[in-house]
Amino acid sequence: MGALLEVRDLSIHFPGAGGTVLRAADRISLTVEQGSTLGLVGESGCGKSVTALALLRLVPEPGRIAGGRILFRGSDLLTLPEKEMRRYRGRQIALIFQEPTAALNPVLSVGYQIAEGLIVHGLMKKREAMAEAVRLMAMVRIPDAEHRVRDYPHQMSGGMRQRVLIAMALACRPALLVADEPTTSLDVTIQDEVLRLLRRLKDELGLSLLLISHNLGVIAETADRVAVMYAGRIVEEAPVRDLFRAPAHPYTRGLLRSVPRPTESSGPPGARRRRLQAIEGSVPDLARLPPGCAFHPRCAERLPECPAHEPLDLPLGEGRRVTCFLHHDPEGRPRDWAPAGSR
Amino acid sequence: MGPGGVPVSAPLLEVRDLEKRFPVRRGLFSRISGWVRAVDGVSFSVNAGETLALVGESGSGKTTTGRCILRLIEPTKGGVRFDGQDLLALPPAPMRRMRRHLQVIFQDPYGSLNPRMTIGSIVREPLDIHRIGSSRAERVAMADRLLERVGLDPAMRRRYPHEFSGGQRQRIGVARAIALRPKLIVADEPVSALDVSVQAQVINLLIDLQEEYRCAYLIIAHDLALVERIADRVAVMYLGRIVELATTAELFRNPLHPYTRALLQAIPVPDPERVRDKAALEGDPPSPADPPPGCRFHTRCPVVVDVCKRVDPPLVEVAPGHWAACHLVPGG
Repeated sequence: MGALLEVRDLSIHFPGAGGTVLRAADRISLTVEQGSTLGLVGESGCGKSVTALALLRLVPEPGRIAGGRILFRGSDLLTLPEKEMRRYRGRQIALIFQEPTAALNPVLSVGYQIAEGLIVHGLMKKREAMAEAVRLMAMVRIPDAEHRVRDYPHQMSGGMRQRVLIAMALACRPALLVADEPTTSLDVTIQDEVLRLLRRLKDELGLSLLLISHNLGVIAETADRVAVMYAGRIVEEAPVRDLFRAPAHPYTRGLLRSVPRPTESSGPPGARRRRLQAIEGSVPDLARLPPGCAFHPRCAERLPECPAHEPLDLPLGEGRRVTCFLHHDPEGRPRDWAPAGSR
Repeated sequence: MGPGGVPVSAPLLEVRDLEKRFPVRRGLFSRISGWVRAVDGVSFSVNAGETLALVGESGSGKTTTGRCILRLIEPTKGGVRFDGQDLLALPPAPMRRMRRHLQVIFQDPYGSLNPRMTIGSIVREPLDIHRIGSSRAERVAMADRLLERVGLDPAMRRRYPHEFSGGQRQRIGVARAIALRPKLIVADEPVSALDVSVQAQVINLLIDLQEEYRCAYLIIAHDLALVERIADRVAVMYLGRIVELATTAELFRNPLHPYTRALLQAIPVPDPERVRDKAALEGDPPSPADPPPGCRFHTRCPVVVDVCKRVDPPLVEVAPGHWAACHLVPGG
């Protein structure tokens, strides 16, 4: 299908105390294929949300994009004049956030907020756009759309508000939808419905999706490929099945082991209180990143070179990449490695 | 069974027909226009050394139930017996003494620690209040041991909460909760504010401390997958009621209530090869201010029949230790 979005060596810097530089994103590369979903996984402070904002050149001050390229259908968004960039925001690339309440204007009807993008981008006149809003609300399965188009955000539940945001994002028929933790504030049964909706819309509309989440279950159920981010870097990228079947980076392996799975059998009676396999330590502060590989203090498979050198983001077999000395030596030469499943 | 397999005659905590209503106020003079029945007739018990999880989505009443038991809010009706005493009838002074045995761990490790106190004094405070030990020096030493026990370096006792990560702060909250060796700890979403990689550490700590101190836990959580690891029994709540209660193994192996089944089905599983055919549930939960007649779940229930819309099913024991409130459950 070919790439819709290619991020190459993107760096986002924030000024730190005493003239230091905080690298919220450090030479990251990502590819979203046409019609497919890339999942971006990471914990708090890893840089995943600021990366999403950077795609639309909306990095909040005093942060700035310090380098790299963002190629959308081949043209580099970072070289466009601001006026041209506006034609991409919402029109080509749309964004939905975690907190549906904060992202909606409380004094405008939800219908108008859905229609607004169409009016602003000059695609429709108001009357036509409002009719389109009803159609979009029905598309995201808001019941009784003809009437609820006049509702205000506070009259709707969290799940319905998130559907309104999805309808808003899709109004201008963008090619790429960037969803930053779209279901994190929702209850699990509502989350299930919203994820189903996103998958269905992706297929029906031929959308491409960049789904950002800390929840490995959400990623497993929605993504085609997965990139794992830790302390501003992409540490691993792979097709979803490969990543879950044979994770290559020790951080990915640790994350997968630390998540309890409800479908596992509960074991014999009395065999309760089964400890989980935790990753030791905590997510590092960007202002105090460990030298070498930022994960090395928490890594169970640490090598002598890990604190001294920074691993590079390099290919690992067919269609995978990893940033780890277990797979490449400090000169970037591959070491012997086979996915756990194939051994 | 209690610690060491000794049969326990009476449960440590017994909650009977607990109700909490909040007024809904409207208009210029804040007249009461209705009542939200946040907790509407909830009964359960927790045995000594046991872990019971209260599970539900937002609006289920699980947090309000926990707060009523701790008397952080006063229930509208019902009874709470703890360690042989009627907790709701205790005057303030005996209630303060009772709190020694009844501790709490909060969800938010940022908001629940006083930012102006050092972590050493946060952990020591309950020991000071209840005058444990013979001297301040002894209490300082006890607080040091507690910090060490939860995996923090006692040398950090003079530092302030903001100098610690979320996971470390939650460890400080745990150290404070276990300081008085309570018989029961109510933990409200103890790990949901933490990073995934840190959640497992805190869960493991809670598991280890229970083995060591034999305290009982009432865990309030929305995440069934985590609950499966830590709880002996699980009570599932929906709109202010318990709809199912069973041992953890039984609940996961043989969920009877359609809502429990939907919750289990809705958990996203980190396995891309798992095939899931249909949606767990359709529609939003109704408002607790205006619960539907009959079974409260009938508006979203995939197997609803006519009787569900008229008759409110009681919570009945359908198999030993397995309770469910559903017209369609055999024996229910």
